[in-house]
Parts: sequence; structure tokens; C-alpha cells
Amino acid sequence: MAEMNPHLTTHPVETEMPAAPDNSVLGVWIWLSAESLFFASLIATFLLLHNQTNGGPGLGRLIDLQLTFIATVTLLSSSLTMALGYAQVLKGNLGGFRFWLVVTALLGLGFAGMQAFEFHHLYTQGFSLSSSPAGSAFFTLTGFHGLHVLFGAFWLISLLAFSFKKEFVEEAAVKVKVLGLYWHFVDVVWVIIFTVVYLMGKVA
Amino acid sequence: MATHSERVWHGGHAPSAVAEEPRGLWSWLTTVDHKRIGQMYMGAGLFFFLLAGIEAFLIRLQLARPDNHVVSAALFNQLFTMHGVTMVFLAGMPLLIGFINLVVPIQIGARDVAFPRLNALSLWLFIGGGLMLYTSWFFGGAPDAGWFNYVPISGIQYSPGPGVDFYDIGLQISGIGTLMTGINFLTTIINLRAPGMSWLRLPMFVWATFVTSLLIVFAFPPLTVDLFLQTFDRLFGAHFFSVAAGGSPLLWANLFWVFGHPEVYILIMPAFGIISEVVPVMSRRPLFGYTTMVLSVMAIGFLSFMVWVHHMFDLGYGPWVNSIFALSSMLIAVPTGVKIFNWLTTMWGGQVRMNTAMHWVMGFLITFVIGGMSGVMLALAPADLQFNNSYFVVAHFHYVLIGGTLFAIFAGMYYWFPKYTGRFLNETLGKWQFWLVFIGFNVTFFPMHFLGLMGMPRRIYTYAPHLGLTFWNSVSTDGVFILSAGMVIGAINVLWSYGHGQLASADPWDGRTLEWAIPSPPPAYNFAYIPQVRGLDAWWVEKRYGNGRMLPAPEAHHGPPGTIHMPTSTPMPLFLALSIVIAGYGLILHSLILAIIGFAFVAIGIHRSMFTVDPGMYVRPHEVEEVRADG
Repeated sequence: MAEMNPHLTTHPVETEMPAAPDNSVLGVWIWLSAESLFFASLIATFLLLHNQTNGGPGLGRLIDLQLTFIATVTLLSSSLTMALGYAQVLKGNLGGFRFWLVVTALLGLGFAGMQAFEFHHLYTQGFSLSSSPAGSAFFTLTGFHGLHVLFGAFWLISLLAFSFKKEFVEEAAVKVKVLGLYWHFVDVVWVIIFTVVYLMGKVA
Repeated sequence: MATHSERVWHGGHAPSAVAEEPRGLWSWLTTVDHKRIGQMYMGAGLFFFLLAGIEAFLIRLQLARPDNHVVSAALFNQLFTMHGVTMVFLAGMPLLIGFINLVVPIQIGARDVAFPRLNALSLWLFIGGGLMLYTSWFFGGAPDAGWFNYVPISGIQYSPGPGVDFYDIGLQISGIGTLMTGINFLTTIINLRAPGMSWLRLPMFVWATFVTSLLIVFAFPPLTVDLFLQTFDRLFGAHFFSVAAGGSPLLWANLFWVFGHPEVYILIMPAFGIISEVVPVMSRRPLFGYTTMVLSVMAIGFLSFMVWVHHMFDLGYGPWVNSIFALSSMLIAVPTGVKIFNWLTTMWGGQVRMNTAMHWVMGFLITFVIGGMSGVMLALAPADLQFNNSYFVVAHFHYVLIGGTLFAIFAGMYYWFPKYTGRFLNETLGKWQFWLVFIGFNVTFFPMHFLGLMGMPRRIYTYAPHLGLTFWNSVSTDGVFILSAGMVIGAINVLWSYGHGQLASADPWDGRTLEWAIPSPPPAYNFAYIPQVRGLDAWWVEKRYGNGRMLPAPEAHHGPPGTIHMPTSTPMPLFLALSIVIAGYGLILHSLILAIIGFAFVAIGIHRSMFTVDPGMYVRPHEVEEVRADG
């Protein structure tokens, strides 16, 4: 029993592990890294197919950069309001938090509305999911991004409803933080899409 | 560390105290216990394994003689497609994920996974997607374009029936479940390790799970995209893959294999982990070269993402691209060889117990090395132009998937069965099963090397008598009967031993890892107290150098004395999975109403799941509970 114990002496007993992030925060980070690969695959698809217009007009001639610029500013400012909302939660100011949450959701929905308008505009000019490989790739990439924005808005509104419940106080910081991570991620993806699809499309 | 069980409760509904473990069907449908979920993964995986086995049996019957007509050509195409899809997605992966669920939380000293409800959702999505895929037989025929479903043959023009839609949407649903499993186990392994369980003290099976989960998280999104693109092509008239409009069939192939090659490592990595658990215990020696084992698992995981073009050397990417991918493919043999030698060296000089689990390990080592060598042959790009799409490839991947993955799964079953059921599998039946399967497998699949070199293409419906293929094909089919006899004995063994097997103690093999430090079968909460880990092979170290029991972790890691906080069961994951399946049927059957109902339920389910805080429940640990090493 009391023999020399090489294992237990050479490896010191650790009683404290380094502080780990909350399960939800870590899980969302991992989920978002999977989402990165999802959008990377879609962007690669777009880059491969964006010149295959099947005889129709090229994307560069169709897109309205002014509208998309306004949409971009709208979406990016929603990241700011999301961060302001998170700051309010950390201060314990629920009223301020709800205000910024509503503003963020409205900005997100505004972006989605402008995208719907753009889609309609393109559709009337004969550029659609089924018109050409370029159309398929464009609508799939931007459409999936739009769905992510809509899901984020759904999440924001759900969180707003939840914030009136008693359980919210205990969970608030984490619940808002993971939503914030997701929302900023969707914005960052849009920056890449705006560059690759719109700016490069206009230059070409 | 923040684990679920330690979360302190403030306000809201008070957690209810439950002493007894609930029984009955409803308790299984609503469970969030990782051990029950693991058992359901195993059960469902074995069910799909049986279905895919029957399909394989019919394929071999058809090929037993030249100009045979046991099944029609159209049915033959459906059979080999469903056989491949089922074995990869619905049998192989679920059986391995079953082991991961059963073993990993206990081996790291945790009471459950990081997201228990998400874990249940993964299970139901897999079962839902799998059953949905099988209902395609009743909706005009199963998918029939091969398991990698190349376009244009899988396009709407050449596959007008709904079969390929079932492939796209069924695999999408079960794939989302797998992705969630990957996220869940990464979080679990990073966050829920018991105090002292540092990275280089993790059991090898946990390391294998960690790398497998990374592969899942980074490999499944390209498949998700690929399946979406094909769904849009087939259902909404998009043009991703239609050549006439300028689409690219190579896009399908590349996205598929960017997923598909890591996928075959998802199928072998946990198998490596199982072997690394069984060999040291049955040889009574520590695993030789633990650190190199960890490094080689990581190297294999990393390399698996840069070899995908070796599945398509004949698609015309030219000598430079092919050379690079040939080299990277051969490079994988190096870390894999390191693992083989480490297992052999662990046995060398050990007191090897040749029980059934160890028989499977030996069978694994022999057949997997043969499969690895034919793999290196296939990696030679110029030679591959000859081998590709021949029976040589079929022989190769059955040697690595049966000889590798399946033999390891059986080794794991004989090794862990006593832990989770409290009873041993019968050793005599086990050895009969092993020898019949081992001999039957080699008789079935070794001749396929010859058939391939003679030029027999894979997926061929039948062959003419004068081609000289008759003899080896009939030998191969004879082997199937031996193989099947072994499988039947294995099934009898499992069913019989579940109720009547010899009773097992908590630590029947003189184990090294934490699952052997708790009762067999384990209580719902696994550990009466969170253990303090003091070395690699945590349990063995305490038996050898400590006083034969795990020490409790410091106070900060425990809840209120005498109670254990556990998540409550919920039907929400099942509801959510069902809603997604309903939406999937809506898309396939072009029923807008069904799709809207499905997606509405999904939205409700997501909302409810995200914002329902689980108050959890307090479980009282049983009185007599402590496990001590004998002697």
C-alpha cells in the first residue's frame, strides 16, 4: 500500500482548473465555427458559378449598390445596438436593455425588408433562383444569410418576451451574450458577402 | 467549473426531488440521460445494421452466378445505394456515437453531457432522418444513385422519382443531429472534465472522441450545403449542377468529398479509441506511447481534410493536383502506422488475456493493416486510374470499415457490455461469432481484390459467364453465409445475455479508467461524488498507489450534501425532431400545407427549448454505492 508512488508524485494534483467559459458560450462558439464552414462553402459555390449567367445579364449590371449600401449600414449599426443592449444587461438596467433589443430587431428586420425588395427587383428583371447558375448561387448565398438575420430577429423577439419572466434575471448575461455572438457573426458574414458579391461584382 | 449538476438554483420553480429512476416507454422517449441515449443509439444502429446487412445479402445473391436475376436491375441499384448510405450514416456512425454517449461523460468524471436536451434531439433527428429515408421504398423507390450520389445521374433528369429527394432531406435531417453531437461533445470534453483530469490525462477514447467531434463540426457543413444545393436543383429548378445551363457537376463531387473523406475518419477514429482502451486493460500494461498516440490522432484528423481529391483522381485535375493529393494520402499511413505499432508494443511483454474482446482486437489489427495497405496502393494516382471504380476499391473499404470499424465496435461491445447491463456477454458464443465472422469476412471480401484486378466494375448488376469472374464471385457469396451465421450468433448472444448473462461486478476486467470505478450498471447520476483525478489511468492509479477508491473532489465541486442535481426529462427533443421530419415530408411530397405545419412546429419547438429554463431535479444517491477494488 505505502509503496513509492511515481504517478502521484510526478504529476502534481491540480485542485483548480483554469476558469472555463460557460457551456452555452463555448457551444455557440463551436456552432458558429461550423456556420463559418457553411458560409465558406456557399461563397466558394458563388465564386465558382457567378459568371455562368446562362445568356442572361451579368449580376454586376443588375445590382443596385446604393440600396445595398443602406442595407449594409443598417445591419452593421444593429451590431452596435446589440452591444449597447448587452452593456445595459451587465449594468442591470432591464429597461435600457429592452430598448436596445427592440432597436436591434427593427434594424435587422429593416435589413431583411430591403433584401426582400432587392430580390423582387432582381426577379422582375428575369434574374432568379432558376434563371441561371449565377442566379442559383446568388439567391442561395444571400438568401441563407437573410434567413440567418430573420432567425436572429426571431431570437431577439423571443428573448424580449423571456425578459419579462422571473427566470430571466439569473440567466440574463449568458442568454444575451450568446445571442450577441450569433448576431455579430451574421454581421461579419455580411461584410464578406458585401465585398465578394456586391463590390467585386460591380468592379467586374 | 460550471457543470449543469453544480448550478445553484435561484428562484423559479423549485426542483423536485426524485429518488427512483423512472421506467416505461415514455421515460425512454423523454430521457436526457446520456447512458439511455447511448443505448438507444446502439439499438437503432444495430437495427439499421440488420437492414443494411439484408441488402448486402441480396446484392451477393444476385452476383453469385453470371446472368443472374434474383432482383431486378433497378432494385439492385436501390439495394447497393441504400446499403452504403445505411452502413455509413445509420449504422456505423450511430454505433460509434452510441459508445461515445455511453463512455465519454463517465471517463471524464462528469454526470452528463454539456447539453443533455440537445443530445436527445441529436438522437431523435438521427432516428427520424433514418426512418424517413427508409420510407422511400413506399413512395416510389429508394435512392439509386450510389452512396455518393453523383450528379448528373442523381439529377431530376435521370432520377425523376422522389428517391434522391429522400436521400437529400433524410441525410440532411440526420446530419444536423450528428453536427449537434459534435458540438455537444466538444463542449463536454472541454468544460466538464473532473478536477485533475488534464488534457494529457484524458483516456485515449476521449481523445478520439474529441478529434472525431472536431471532424464532425468542420466536415458536416459542406455536406449540408451540398445537400441543399441538390435539393434546390431538384425541387425548385436551380442550376447548380446542370451542365446545359453552365452549372458544375464537379461542384457536387468536391463538396461531397470535402465532407466524405473526413467522414471515413469519423468512422475509424472512435474505433481506434476503443482499441486503445481494450488493449492496455486486457494486456495489463499501460498504453505504450500515450503522447504519440494523442499526436497521431491529431495528425490523422488534420490530414483527413487535405486528401479528398484522391476519391476523384480520374476526374481530370491533372498531374500536379493528383500528385499532391497522392502524397498527402500516403502521409496518413505514417501516424496510422504509429498507432498500430503502439498497440503491438503495448501487448509485447504484457499478460494478454485472450478473451473475446481481445479476439476482435487481433482481428482488427490484421484486417485493418491489409485494408491500409490496399489504401496506399489506391493512393498511387496512376495505379488508381486502373483500380478506381473496380471491385478492388470495394475490397479496400470493406477491409477498413468491417475489419477496422466493425471489429472495433464488437471489441467495444464485449468490453463495455458488462458495465452498462451488469451482465457479461457469453464468451463461448462470442468466440464462435468471432471465428465465423472473421473467416466469413475474409472469404467474402478477399476475392474482391482479384475480381477488381480482373476488371470487374463495382455496382455492376450482373456479368457474362465467359468473363472469368464466376469462380471468385461464387466464393465471395459463399463467404456471406459464414459471415451471416456469425452475425446471427452475435445477435443471439446480445439478446440472451441482456437478461441471462453471467452477472458482472463493477470492475470485471481490472480496468484503468473511471467508468470501472462506479457500479455496473451505473446509476443515473454516474458518480455519487465528483472524483478527484490524480494521474493518467485515473482508476488504476488509485488501485495501485492509492487506497483503492476514488477521492472526492474539493468541496467547491459539489452541490448540497446528500443530493445530486440532474436535468429533468422532457418530450421537447422528440417533438422538435418530429416537426422537422414533418417539414421534410412536406418538401419531398410537394405539400405546402405539410411543410408549413412542420416549420411552424419547429419554430414553436425552438422557442420553447431556448427559453424554458430547466429547474432540474435532485436525486438522492443510493445508500450502498461505494465501489472498492478487490484486494
